[in-house]
Amino acid sequence: MRTAISSLTLREPRSLAEALRMLRDEALTPLAGSTDLYVSLNFGTLAARTFLDLSRLDELREIAVRANTLRIGALATYTAIIRSPHVTARLPMLADAARQIGGVQIQNRGTLGGNIANGSPAGDTLPALAAADAVLVLQSTDGERRVPFTQFYTGYRTSVRRTDELIVAIEVAPIEGRQWFRKVGTRAAQAISKIMLAGIRAPAPRLALGSVAATVVRLPLTERALASGATIAEAERVLQGEITPLDDLRSTADYRRRVAGNLLRRFWIDTA
Amino acid sequence: MRFTLNGARADVAAHPMKRLLDVLREECGLTGTKEGCGEGECGACTVLVAGEPVVSCLVPFAQVAEQEVVTIEGLGDDHPLQHHFLNEAGAQCGICTPGMIMVALTLGRNPTLEQMRTALAGNLCRCTGYEAIYRAIGRACGRS
Repeated sequence: MRTAISSLTLREPRSLAEALRMLRDEALTPLAGSTDLYVSLNFGTLAARTFLDLSRLDELREIAVRANTLRIGALATYTAIIRSPHVTARLPMLADAARQIGGVQIQNRGTLGGNIANGSPAGDTLPALAAADAVLVLQSTDGERRVPFTQFYTGYRTSVRRTDELIVAIEVAPIEGRQWFRKVGTRAAQAISKIMLAGIRAPAPRLALGSVAATVVRLPLTERALASGATIAEAERVLQGEITPLDDLRSTADYRRRVAGNLLRRFWIDTA
Repeated sequence: MRFTLNGARADVAAHPMKRLLDVLREECGLTGTKEGCGEGECGACTVLVAGEPVVSCLVPFAQVAEQEVVTIEGLGDDHPLQHHFLNEAGAQCGICTPGMIMVALTLGRNPTLEQMRTALAGNLCRCTGYEAIYRAIGRACGRS
């Protein structure tokens, strides 16, 4: 490990209220499953030195349905999401995404709140949350507020979350229509995404692409084309005009463009 | 900090941000757990926390407080998985083996090949090509 451990400080709150007070009074980096953060620590690339351990806040682990809304606690692990009958029944595309994250060791530790907070454009759960029109519950000592997930990110790994706020839960209203998720990486397991698509087949289809821009993106023009009865070929032309994928170390813009079109067609065929 | 290590109560003074991997190897002298990639990709450092496999290179020591940790040493020297890994040549260089065995411990009786492949998706082996590993685990878990 390239970071000197002795230079680090860990605050260990026993309750959400205590955690929020600590977060108000000091600049802290929240730490949950540690699966992203410890990679940066191991490689000596993390600037933060003072951390807030959320792992004892068991009140944030619950996955429940209340008032016909699915509520996933921010500390729910990918394994908990995969095993949850509520997620299987209401948001199966999120369970599909969770199943394709790392191996079981990562699924046992990584959390949905962490995937959101980390904000990587390659975050595997993010397209499912964007397509589902999920709502994030943010809490501080001042109270809580709800932010539509599609308005959460402001740019590459930046968001509207204030430094004194924690993501405490993710809420999803009932979804009509068939859900679909597909991740494309270099191999079936243990691969970072080159591109992923989450889609909902309904009279007004919903589509979200990951790993093609600085943040996860919805595809409003393509959605509108499909809703108004365009053929899949026409919709793909709209899609190609709507996205501006990047070249990076994981893939090329050309490849992503082509695969994005293929994924759209595959979604349309599979959900017909 | 107190936790349970291989069935016995342990009390270890270490920095709360120290990696569980380093606490096990350096403070507890349990060097059976190996460091491979140090980024959660290879599974070599897999141990069980509360009965679930995790990569100990990505676990801060503070997060195992009052938890049950099991390492490869916890199996003793006469476990069926150890014998079958030997007999089937499921271990070659041996670096991945402790992690493979810790995950295999969480499989039920008579796992299907698909169940083994899914369970071991997070454990990389560059020697065996995996087939010998699946054979060893299958035999140990009661597949004929």
